[in-house]
Amino acid sequence: MRRFGRFWWDFVVGDDWVAAAGVAAGLALTALLAAWWVLPLAVAVVLAATLVRATR
Amino acid sequence: MVEALTIVLAAGLTRGWRSSLAGVGAATAALAVVVAALGPALTLVPIDALRLVVGGLLLVFGLQWLRKAILRASGYKALHDEDEIFTRELRDAETAAHEERAGLDWYGFTLSFKGVFLEGLEVAFIVLTFGSTQQNIPLAAVGAAIAVVLVAVVGVLARAPLSRVPENSMKFAVGVMLTTFGIFWGAEGAGASWPGGDAMILGVLAFVLVLSFVSVVVLRRRRVVPVTA
Repeated sequence: MRRFGRFWWDFVVGDDWVAAAGVAAGLALTALLAAWWVLPLAVAVVLAATLVRATR
Repeated sequence: MVEALTIVLAAGLTRGWRSSLAGVGAATAALAVVVAALGPALTLVPIDALRLVVGGLLLVFGLQWLRKAILRASGYKALHDEDEIFTRELRDAETAAHEERAGLDWYGFTLSFKGVFLEGLEVAFIVLTFGSTQQNIPLAAVGAAIAVVLVAVVGVLARAPLSRVPENSMKFAVGVMLTTFGIFWGAEGAGASWPGGDAMILGVLAFVLVLSFVSVVVLRRRRVVPVTA
């Protein structure tokens, strides 16, 4: 069961949980503001954050 | 799929084609069951909820692909080398112990099964998400099946890993596309309206492309500038 959960965690979340958490936050903020520009902005921030973490 | 072919070739050449192809068949059947079981269920979900979930998942997947592609393009991560992976898989398969189950070499069977199933799961996911949001899963499945057959035919003809396929560039393109559709559907599913409607998808695509290339340029410059204390 634990291995099964681990497999799905690795499959969906991958190497960096920040990307998944950032996407969830971006979608929640988009739903809150109902504004189309929120998600592209969130993606830019999340991508930058995950790249900085990978190259530190 | 190119990676799955590399694994299957390594298993077939070292552990025998019977076990290897049995693994391919079992994995393909398992993937077909996943698509057949989840496909009809997804069509029952309201379109906005579906777009929110699908958009979110596509974004998470897309950002993973894009992150790796940008790191590879900027020199922070080694380029994907099918020849190297093939050599490593061959070495591992040659040294693994022989264990027979159900008349099959178990190592060859499980190696092929895992390779095809794990790589294929991503393909199945893309088929389900793109197919369900466009309400045409069979068409998306046919597209994926054609790609699988094409890779298999080329693999049989070449009898070698497809190292000439520009896999790194293709992965970059897939990352860009998944992220683009993820942003577009995710925002729609969350209740936002795009100015210009569906045509705005081209704008999102341009945004993701610019973002990716700027990231590559910045990381390349950061890499060549010597760090001073």
